[in-house]
This record gives sequence, structure tokens and C-alpha cells, in this order.
Amino acid sequence: MSDEQIRHEWPLFEVFVRAKRGLNHVHVGSLRAADHEMALHHARDLYTRRNEGVSIWVVRSADVVSSGPEDKDAFFAPSGDKVYRHPTYYSIPDSVPHI
Amino acid sequence: MTDLATGERTFAETIEKDQRVEPRDWMPDGYRKTMIRQIAQHAHSEIIGMQPEGAWITRAPTLRRKAILLAKVQDEAGHGLYLYSAAETLGADRGDLTRRLIEGRQKYSSIFNYPTLSFADVGVIGWLVDGAAICNQVPLCRSSFGPYARAMIRICKEESFHQRQGYELLMTMMKGTEAQRAMVQDATNRWWWPSLMMFGPPDTDSPNTGQSMAWKIKRHTNDELRQRFVDMTVPQAEALGVTLPDPDLRWNSERGRHDFGEIDWSELKRVISGDGPMNAERIAHRRRADEDGAWVREAAAAHAAKRTETTHE
Amino acid sequence: MSFDDAYGALTDHDDDARWAYGTGFADPLAGVPTAIPDGVDRADLAAYCLMLGDDALIMSHRLQQWVTRAPELEDELAVANIGLDLLGQARLLLTRAGEAEGSGRDEDTLAYLRDPHEFRNVLLAERSDDDFAHLVARLLVFATWRLALLDRLAASGDPVLAAIGAKGVKEVTYHREYAAQWVVRLGDGTPVSHERVQAAVDAVYPLVGELFETHEVERRLAGRGIAVEPASLRAEFDAVMAEVVAAATLRLRAATAVEPGRGRDGMHTAALGEILGEMQELARAIPDGAW
Repeated sequence: MSDEQIRHEWPLFEVFVRAKRGLNHVHVGSLRAADHEMALHHARDLYTRRNEGVSIWVVRSADVVSSGPEDKDAFFAPSGDKVYRHPTYYSIPDSVPHI
Repeated sequence: MTDLATGERTFAETIEKDQRVEPRDWMPDGYRKTMIRQIAQHAHSEIIGMQPEGAWITRAPTLRRKAILLAKVQDEAGHGLYLYSAAETLGADRGDLTRRLIEGRQKYSSIFNYPTLSFADVGVIGWLVDGAAICNQVPLCRSSFGPYARAMIRICKEESFHQRQGYELLMTMMKGTEAQRAMVQDATNRWWWPSLMMFGPPDTDSPNTGQSMAWKIKRHTNDELRQRFVDMTVPQAEALGVTLPDPDLRWNSERGRHDFGEIDWSELKRVISGDGPMNAERIAHRRRADEDGAWVREAAAAHAAKRTETTHE
Repeated sequence: MSFDDAYGALTDHDDDARWAYGTGFADPLAGVPTAIPDGVDRADLAAYCLMLGDDALIMSHRLQQWVTRAPELEDELAVANIGLDLLGQARLLLTRAGEAEGSGRDEDTLAYLRDPHEFRNVLLAERSDDDFAHLVARLLVFATWRLALLDRLAASGDPVLAAIGAKGVKEVTYHREYAAQWVVRLGDGTPVSHERVQAAVDAVYPLVGELFETHEVERRLAGRGIAVEPASLRAEFDAVMAEVVAAATLRLRAATAVEPGRGRDGMHTAALGEILGEMQELARAIPDGAW
């Protein structure tokens, strides 16, 4: 057999599970499926075998657009010095209640 | 070249600070290749590992044991998939990894090349094989590669049920008939040494350990983990009432650990290199499933393609 | 394991973080009264529970045989899930059969120590699958029929059967959807898959007639509001099948080619003998064993 890479017949999907009402959907991993319906079924069987979820999202991995590590500074550093967005930046005397 | 230098520095800092490397970060080629190989071998082991116990699902002697075993073997498929998913974040393709497995170009844990001769083997696999696997895997929850570490956390949590169901089965069988007690002892005799071999070659003969430790994809040496497993298992064997088949096994009060006999490394080499009792059969079984299923996977892909065309019209 | 735990949010924070995810596991029969309802013939109720229980047990066995050899790993998980659901239904129903008999036989005695002629499952459940198309075609028929049945059983005058029906509806709804999606994919997939799943539907359909024959035990219990008359489920079954088959671009064979099925009276094919030979071998070899 040659070293030519074999590709799986089905595309990759990313799976997000909401553990219970009131929580965000959280990324839990990926799986292979031919279409979205199959991906949902597979996600249910693979990632919620132990009552872990109340809702599932699936999305084609190829459709995910993400920032790259090289964007880290341009994306996230600029918010690093805006300390005035934080409540603790402001000093209020202890005697003032409820603030 | 500044970018490469930055990448290298960031990678080194991430490892140094015990943070996680994530899929899109720059990483050395060797790190990527080692991770793909390690995760794929681990995934293959879960999938091949379904077979020895899977053979007993339809023959389980009570409906409760049948349900437990079916759920356990199903978990192993799940664990394989969590791991393939982690490998795919590094650019590997599951179709390709499967191909490598069924062509014998990628390895899996040699423990699964031994046959399961009686139902006691189901219990002993849970107790010793899963017990050894947990010893190996708990430190991997801190692997420097994020997706692998996260998969391992989930797997370790689920594995705790696997080990306990096995030990519980053995405890029950030991309270049964004389024939059942003999089955448990026989299974223990057959699986003890292969379980010790699951930790890999001795440190003196483990060429990759140094680099893997430096990259924090391995946290303890093979011999450290093996020793920990022996120390954990001895009291469990006593509580069960079985004898571990090693005349040299005894408590060393000076070391505060158990001494144990010499492992037959030539057997390990033989089994790893594909000459185990069940090696050919395990691979053939998986290849058959892959080949028999090809028309099904193609049909599903064809159907999905047709529907995409329709919705775009 | 408190570091970087991306899954932390997935779990209820229980005291013992070593254990696997998932909480809220419940006994499906919690709070359900188990006394046999007044005026119900115990032998009839036991026989009826065996019918529905054996269907689930034998179908589950066939699904268990697919684990480690499905077309894709995700499907091995799915097939195992369906097998587990049906095994769970079988255990509840066999236990109920033992209670109704009052003979002290439990689920294991009934599963492992009866001979083929004492099994009451329909022949559809025991048929072996030539390929994945046969599996999903058979599962589609089985689940469509059983879903209609369990849905009505949820209103049974026997509280235990009602609880089993209500629980089973949720499970079998998924089984039917899984099978239907696969039949459609294969039917409307490639020429090869179309041909194979058409052959599978053709092979399975002669076994459909038996599913809707009302046995005298069913008729008597239905009269008391305990059991479901299968004949009453036919219209719903046909409607669902017609929809799936059309979406799959398949055709149903004419209903004339019906083979008489007598599984409810203990008359089985050799396939059941094979299944029980495998299933019961160990339990019978060590009859006084503790497992």
C-alpha cells in the first residue's frame, strides 16, 4: 500500500453540548458523519451516553472560522490595558453600601 | 524566520509553564508526529480492545452482566472516537489512521492480542488491564497537548466504572462454585504478566522516554508506573483471595514498595511485533468490518451529496 | 483533576469527582405498584409479558452481534445503544412475567433456562442479518411496529406494563428514526446500496404479517384493558412505512406473500436455536454459579 493519504468518506463535525438549562453549549469534540442529521444522532450516542446533555449543536468543522495563534496580539492584547472596565478599578469607601 | 523563532519560543514557554499546547499553535514537527502516533495507537487500542470482551456479550451468563458488558464495550468505542477526534485536531484523518491500523502499519496495545478463554477473563480484564490502563492514563490527563488531555479526563472518569465492574464480578465469582474460583485464578495467572508489560519496556531500554518527558506528553517513566500498579494491586488480590503468579513478589520494607520478578521481555517484543496469539485475527476482524462497511459509507456520502445539490438548486 | 477541566461544566459537581459524568439515573419502575390488577388472569399476563419481553431480548441479541463490526464506529455505538435499550425492556418484562406467574422465576431463569419452544418472540426478531441493509430494514419494521404498540401500552390497566410502555416509547422513537434515516440513505444512495436495501426490504416483508395477528392471549387481555391488539396498529404501521419507503425510492412487495408466523406459540426457525445456544451456553454449563 502506498503512503498516499486515504480520506474518510464522511466529513468531520464539531459537537457542542448543553449540559443543562442555564448553561452554554460547550465544545466536547468531533465525529464523522455523512450529513447533519447523522451527525446529531452520532453526537447523541457518542457524547451523551451518561445523561450529560439536554441539547446538542453540530457544525461542519470546515465551516468553523477561528482566529489563529498569530492573531493573538492583535486580537487580544489591546483589551489588556483597559483596566477601567473592571469594577475593582474604582475605589469606593467601605461605608457606602450596596455598590 | 522571525515567525518560526517566535513559534519556538512560545512553544517552549507553554511547556515550561505547564500550560497546554492547542492544535493551531506552532509546534515542532517531531512533537506533532509523536502526538499523532501516541494518540492514534491509543485510539486503535480502544477499538481493538472491544473484541476480546465483545466476544462475551452474547454469552454473558446473566442479563445484568450482559447489560454491563455491552455498555462497557460501547464505552470503548466511544473512547476510541474521543481519541481519533483529538488526533484529527492535528491534521490526521481518521480514514487514514484506520487504514494504517488494518494494514498493520500502526500499533495498538499488545495486551489485546491475548485470547479471552472464560468469563472470568472479562472480570480480570476490568480489574488488571483496565487498572493498568488507568495507572497509565491518569498522568496523561496532564499531557501538554490540550485535546489529548481533555479526552483523557473524560476517559479516565468513565474507566473507573470499567475497573470496578470487573472487580465486582470477580468478587461474586469467588463466592460461587469451586469451578468458578478456579476460573478466576486461571484468568489471573494468564493476565498478570501481560498487564505488567502494558507499561512498556524497562526505562533502561525506552529510547523515547527522555524526549517525551521533556515535552510533557509523558509524566512518569514506565518503571515508575509499573511499580505503582504492583503496589496498588497486591492488596486487591489479597482481598479477592487469588494468588498473583510471581514467586518473587514480596513487600520490601526498606524501599516501602513491592519487589517483583523479572518480566519476560522477549515475549513482549514478540507480541508487539505482531506475533501474539490473536494478532492476525484482531486485525482481520477490523479489516472485515471496514471493508464490509465501505458500500454503506459510500452510500451515505452519495445521499448527502444528492441532497446538497437539491437544496442549492 | 482540577486543571483546565473543559468538561467541568458538563457535570453536576458531585462529591466524588472520580466518577463518570451523568447524574439523575432513575429506576423506571420507582413508585409503580406491582400488585397484579384484580380480575386479570395471571397466566395470560405472564404469557403476554413473555411475548413482548422475548421480542426485545432476541432483537437485542441480534444487535449485540453487530457491535465490533458495523460500517463505522459511530454506528457501533448507536447499535449498542439500541441493544441496551431493548435489553432493558426485556429485563423489566421478563421480571413482570415471573411476578405474574407467581412461580419465583426471575429474569435470568426465564432468559437462560427456557428451551426454544418456550420462547414467544415473533420470527422477525430472530432473523439473522445478511448485511447492514438487512439490519436497518429489519430494525425499521421492528421499531415502527413496537413504537405503535408501546405507545398504546402506556395506557394499559397494568401499571407496570404502562410504565414500561411509557419508558419504551422514548427509546423506540429513536430506534425508528435511526433505522428510517439509514433506509433512506441506502435507498437513495448509490445503485449498489439501493439494490441491497431493496433486497433487504423484500426479505423482511414476508415476516410483517405475523406482527399484526392477534393471539388469543392478547385478545383476552385487550378486552380487560391490559394488552394491545396488534391488528389495531396496522394502519399506523403502513402509513409510516409508506412514507419512509417513498423517501428511500424503494418499493414494497405485494402483501400477498405473507408467511404464516407462529412465534407466539413457540414455533420458531433454526435461527432461534442458534441464538439460544450462544446466549445460554455458559449459564447452563454452571447452573449453580454466582455472577
